[in-house]
Amino acid sequence: MPADNLTGGSSPNGRGSLPVAEQDSVPAYAEKLAWLESMEAAGSGPSEQRGRKLAKRAWASLWPKALAVIIVLAIWQIIHISGWKKDIFPGPGSTLANLGDQLKTGLLWHAIATTLERAVIGFGLAVLIGAVIGALVSRIGPLRAAFGSLITGLQTMPSIAWFPFAIILFGINTTAILFVIVLGAAPSIANGLIAGVDYTPPILLRAGATMGLRRLSLYRHLILPASLPAMVAGLRQGWAFAWRSLMAGELLVIIANQPSLGVLLSTDQDQADMQSATAIIIVILLIGIFVHTLFSMADSAIRRRWGLVGSS
Amino acid sequence: MVRQVSSLAVTERRAPATAVATGAVRLTGVSKVFGRGTSAVQALDQVSLEVMPGEFTCLIGASGCGKSTLLALVAGLEQPTSGEVSTSGARVAVMFQEPALFPWLTAAGNVEMALRARGAGKAERRQRAAELLRTVNLGDFGDKRPHELSGGMRQRVALARALAQDADILLMDEPFGALDAMTRDLLHDEIDRVCAGRSLTVIFVTHNVQEAVRLGDRVVVMSSRPGRVIDEFAVDIERPRRIDSAPVAELAARITDRLREEMSRDAR
Repeated sequence: MPADNLTGGSSPNGRGSLPVAEQDSVPAYAEKLAWLESMEAAGSGPSEQRGRKLAKRAWASLWPKALAVIIVLAIWQIIHISGWKKDIFPGPGSTLANLGDQLKTGLLWHAIATTLERAVIGFGLAVLIGAVIGALVSRIGPLRAAFGSLITGLQTMPSIAWFPFAIILFGINTTAILFVIVLGAAPSIANGLIAGVDYTPPILLRAGATMGLRRLSLYRHLILPASLPAMVAGLRQGWAFAWRSLMAGELLVIIANQPSLGVLLSTDQDQADMQSATAIIIVILLIGIFVHTLFSMADSAIRRRWGLVGSS
Repeated sequence: MVRQVSSLAVTERRAPATAVATGAVRLTGVSKVFGRGTSAVQALDQVSLEVMPGEFTCLIGASGCGKSTLLALVAGLEQPTSGEVSTSGARVAVMFQEPALFPWLTAAGNVEMALRARGAGKAERRQRAAELLRTVNLGDFGDKRPHELSGGMRQRVALARALAQDADILLMDEPFGALDAMTRDLLHDEIDRVCAGRSLTVIFVTHNVQEAVRLGDRVVVMSSRPGRVIDEFAVDIERPRRIDSAPVAELAARITDRLREEMSRDAR
């Protein structure tokens, strides 16, 4: 019985009770450790510097944007002065004045509110549906084989092509618009989640498994948080699709007595009101930039938290 | 001071599925084949190994000797192709070469996650995590995220997380392989200190012979392709040990000779 011989002579030694001499070496050990740690932790600065750092970062990201706005306005003004299409092409001064006037009326705000409400509802639905589809498809093999490429295919579909379908199905109403928003945005959101699940590092999955995380808790505590960066990327792309679908929808599906940005734009087109049309375009652009900035902030917050970025 | 117990742990014996004491590990005629047909790779061949409760066993061998596979079998992450792995349902915690910490959680959060997986309440989690971080000398670093810590500190968080699982058996797969010698030396002291006073069975995989002798109650030597247990050495050196002390060096040299002998046989 060689197997018994092996273990018989090798009982654990010395670890049950520490010799007294060991205790003397503990402070020296702690000292060594503290020194090493002070070297290691030297990289991360104290918190009082954080405020100044933040202001510096805000300024660093703001001034190029301000410069860009000034350059665009300047070019616009130059074109205006040059007299190109002088009768119909407005200068920045009169356009911005028009925008200011419109902002004083209730109509533009009403339109912005309607449009944003649709955007939020449509995008929210798309997130819900996209997340459920993404979760199912990422975890269930046959579903994935069946629908994986379909989802990617849907992503490349220009959403404006869905409008005839949606209008015949639902009529000229908000439901048709929301339907197209969901079709436009949900595939990106589902794909983001699927990519995130796919790229959950295997070593973390092993660690989670040995810790005893199973099924739902594995999903909640490991796979979902690990998917977060890819998911935010998917949400951001989904938003871009949703916003485009919404604008297309509001230009195509004109509902009476319900002013929206699309309706205002369409009216301006009918009345050949170039100043107002340009003003509305600026509003749409600003809303787009604003939401994009929110996503970027979420993205960089996650990256900082995870240590995925340097000191940028 | 140093003696060799016996050689050849390879047995053809197939023991019935007898229960082993809590914390003990018994492998009986375990083979593991990955893949099928011509691309099949035999990682382990008829390995039998018995580890007593509370024993610190080091597995050593050249790369490709199936050390990591053996740990995966004991952890239950893989199933053996044939033979039997018995841990009597003991709790098994694993430490990998990478710390494998969750980057979205703080050091304390990572330790708490192991406690949460066991169903511990919030207050208990917080208290135990703080305690365990102090145990690995990271008491002040609980709110740091993994990327703010050095490699050695991360590995200590991983150790605290493994301890948080209240396991009877701790499997360590080259946990210090990616660290510099100075940090590794400190972590050896740390492991000694942590294991003292705990009835923890440890199986420690390494390819560093000195490290194996520094830490283990016993060093098991494995051959490569397929992985077999070819020899084992009891380490009767009094603790605390130093990796550069004469007895450690002497035994390490003997084990290295044995490994060389095996490798030159392979080369032929």
